Amino acid sequence: MSTATETKENPVSQNGHGSSHKQRKWQDYFTFSTDHKVIGIQYLVTSFFFYFIGGFLAEIVRTELATPDPDLVQPEMYNQMFTMHGTIMLFLWIIPAGAAFANYLIPLMIGAEDMAFPRLNAVAFWMIPVGGVLLISSFFVGAPQAGWTSYPPLSLMSGKWGEEIWIMSLLILGTSSILGALNFGITILTMRIPEMDLNSMPLFCWSMLATSALVLIGTPVLAAALILLSFDLIAGTSFFNPVGGGDPIIYQHMFWFYSHPAVYIMVMPFFGVISEVIPVHARKPIFGYRAIAYSSLAIAFLGLIVWAHHMFTSGTPGWLRMFFMATTMLIAVPTGIKIFSWCATIWGGKIELNSAMLFGIGFISSFLIGGLSGVMVAAVPFDIHVHDTYFIVAHFHYVLFGGSVFALFAGLYHWFGKMTGRMLNETWGRIHFALTFIGFNMTFLPMHQLGLLGMNRRIALYDPQFQSLNQVCTIGSYILAVSTLPLVINVLWSLIKGKKAGRNPWRALTLEWQTTSPPAIENFESEPVLWAGPYEYGIDSENEDEEDVEDMLTEVSAQS
Amino acid sequence: MKIPSNILTLIAGIALTLICLWYGQNHGLMPIAASAEARTVDELFNFMMTIATGLFLLIEGVLIISIFKFRRRKGDLTDGPPIEGNIPLEIVWTAIPAVIVFILAIYSFEVYNKMGGLDPMASHDMGTQMAHHHHNDNLVALDLEGQEMALGLGASPGNKDEESLVVDVNGLQYAWLFTYPDTGVVSGELHVPVNRQVTLNISAADVIHAFWVPQLRLKQDAVPGREAQLTFVPDRVGEYPIICAELCGAYHGAMKTTLFIETEAEYNQWVQNNTFAQESFLDEAVANYHVP
Ligand code: HEM
Ligand SMILES: [Cu+2]
Ligand SMILES: [Cu+2]
Repeated sequence: MSTATETKENPVSQNGHGSSHKQRKWQDYFTFSTDHKVIGIQYLVTSFFFYFIGGFLAEIVRTELATPDPDLVQPEMYNQMFTMHGTIMLFLWIIPAGAAFANYLIPLMIGAEDMAFPRLNAVAFWMIPVGGVLLISSFFVGAPQAGWTSYPPLSLMSGKWGEEIWIMSLLILGTSSILGALNFGITILTMRIPEMDLNSMPLFCWSMLATSALVLIGTPVLAAALILLSFDLIAGTSFFNPVGGGDPIIYQHMFWFYSHPAVYIMVMPFFGVISEVIPVHARKPIFGYRAIAYSSLAIAFLGLIVWAHHMFTSGTPGWLRMFFMATTMLIAVPTGIKIFSWCATIWGGKIELNSAMLFGIGFISSFLIGGLSGVMVAAVPFDIHVHDTYFIVAHFHYVLFGGSVFALFAGLYHWFGKMTGRMLNETWGRIHFALTFIGFNMTFLPMHQLGLLGMNRRIALYDPQFQSLNQVCTIGSYILAVSTLPLVINVLWSLIKGKKAGRNPWRALTLEWQTTSPPAIENFESEPVLWAGPYEYGIDSENEDEEDVEDMLTEVSAQS
Repeated sequence: MKIPSNILTLIAGIALTLICLWYGQNHGLMPIAASAEARTVDELFNFMMTIATGLFLLIEGVLIISIFKFRRRKGDLTDGPPIEGNIPLEIVWTAIPAVIVFILAIYSFEVYNKMGGLDPMASHDMGTQMAHHHHNDNLVALDLEGQEMALGLGASPGNKDEESLVVDVNGLQYAWLFTYPDTGVVSGELHVPVNRQVTLNISAADVIHAFWVPQLRLKQDAVPGREAQLTFVPDRVGEYPIICAELCGAYHGAMKTTLFIETEAEYNQWVQNNTFAQESFLDEAVANYHVP
């Protein structure tokens, strides 16, 4: 992982890969490179590395839960497993993967050469493996076991050093996230090619703008909470420790002030990905561009004033419960707008049902379930029943896995050709989709019922009446584990033998498709030309003389 | 025979409505309800299930129809129609969820109020010092000591004047301890008589726990240094699990006990047995103490 500085960056590495322009060598990906595309791929590969670790831990958790007794791992170990699973999946998989797409795509989509602060960008990336390795190393001293939420006083009482390492690594990862967000925001706001105004930039940029705002507002509060927690843990202060007069509820407020927006930090980049993928493969303009763009801003704003819905049964008085119920329910409106708009984009199109589109549609159909259960848990009387049960575990996996991860795979199949110059194989892609979709629903759908019937979360031993449903979940999780094989095979095989992508394999309109695949080191050989809006599909069908988009594009790029 | 498409749409619409109305009532996902309040929560859930089922079928239906109907033909490289939006339609699908969540918020508010979550009289009394354990102090938004907010659910508005059976509940790693101030009984199980209002004063000794009885649809965190309340009227005799729902350490999953909802006679018998047992236990302890 961290062979950080063995080779210095060599920006003018000249070698003929049979191509006219300079190419990256594989070694570059192990260096402190300031190229946003290298950094993007570094983020992506690193996040996949941690995904496999997080997934492995999930399989241990599920295997343990195949039987009602704690027989595979000791209860204490079980708590370490799900704490590390949750932390890794959120902070080392889904957030860095969002940053991967942001790094790779933003400069290309807005026609820039690189990010606003390339060095800062590289620093932000290299903090991820550092934080990640640190977190994993906690296994040697006894990993943290107070859940990814780490509520005091439990977090102050269960394994000091594991907890401290958890705090340090989250501080590192949080800082990385702040640096990244600064870069994304400023790059989008100041570095677009002159012809591109805010309302003609790709929707991915809109969603990253909203995401970056949330990161910048929320993460410092998390950092503050963690630093205070650390004082309580190491120096024996009593900010949150009731033994010395501290208030554990204050921690919960600070934690969720970040961590509710954080769920949007984890899913909004992928809303953006879906808004890019779907129009291209449905061959239709995105339906309601402005509604989708502004609804991201609405979600970001509302996302800041709903945090206490995670605390309905804890230290939240009645009238505040009602306030947070109302704001939370309101989020359904902008979220609904997005779902309806995506559906309307697909409706009446000419759908190319390839792997990217399958995952895109899979995203809508699973995220929908997470959204519907989300509105349900906003209703206080109902949430009082299901809070901290498997209903919640089902709900957030439908959002994070059915939402973010499905969209992430859609984006991977969509842009792999651009990133590597070779296309992923469609057959393997479809197998990957089918296994993921079946495994995912089998793992998480029954959890709704488990929670409603009375199974609480974070337990290694449970009531035997729940065993059969749990076994369905466990088998589903094994299918999910198997589903990664076709992906890995596909990626490795396609890197070597995949079909050449060419500039624009999907006949797409956003700027990243105007350059070569993979793009030249500073992205565009010549200034890109904004000759169409990002989603103006359908214009060619009005053209009598059948000039297809690809021809027009190559023409455009050949002009200079 | 070709059926016109608007008739098909109509039939589909009716079928969808019937399915979600039926499923909303017959999903069978909830456990038995052991109080009237629990049943109002179930009605709320059924209502949400009805709407959710409708939206689910609608959107999944759109996706599935699209996949079959709007596929690109082989060799067709043209695009779909250049439709970039439709303002009236967008207004409709902004308004519909807005109306739904508005209704849902009001309905949830009503249910929450019925459960005793908000008591206007109590909040009216804010600021005045209230006596500790005043018998019907359903001080939802008020602290028992008068400085901080008390948490949890009070009595339902209709039951305000009813006298509660008070039980002090203490959560500690990894057990629940129930103290009955009236009789002095201390127990690891919770016994309550059916159809009588019960008020639990919930606290924690070490870390945060949460008191949950799925069949009552009630849950409240037990936070060290704070007191919280739950008031309810059990109306179904039986044995129900009491589960700790907040991670509290390695044996969190084992932190369980039983709620016995009993007839008045059974309950009195239990109180008697326990008072007796405890008294003789105390006598013995005292006697032993005096022996040397
Ligand atoms: C590979 C498939 C996955 C499986 C089988 C799985 C399974 C589980 C299970 C069973 C739990 C509950 C543990 C417990 O409460 O005792 C859990 C918790 C969690 N999972 Fe996953 N999960 C998977 C993927 C993911 C992904 C992709 C994410 C996020 C992007 C994620 C995020 C979380 C989080 C945040 C928790 C909460 C941890 C905590 O309670 O502290 N999981 N997972
Ligand atoms: Cu939240
Ligand atoms: Cu517990």
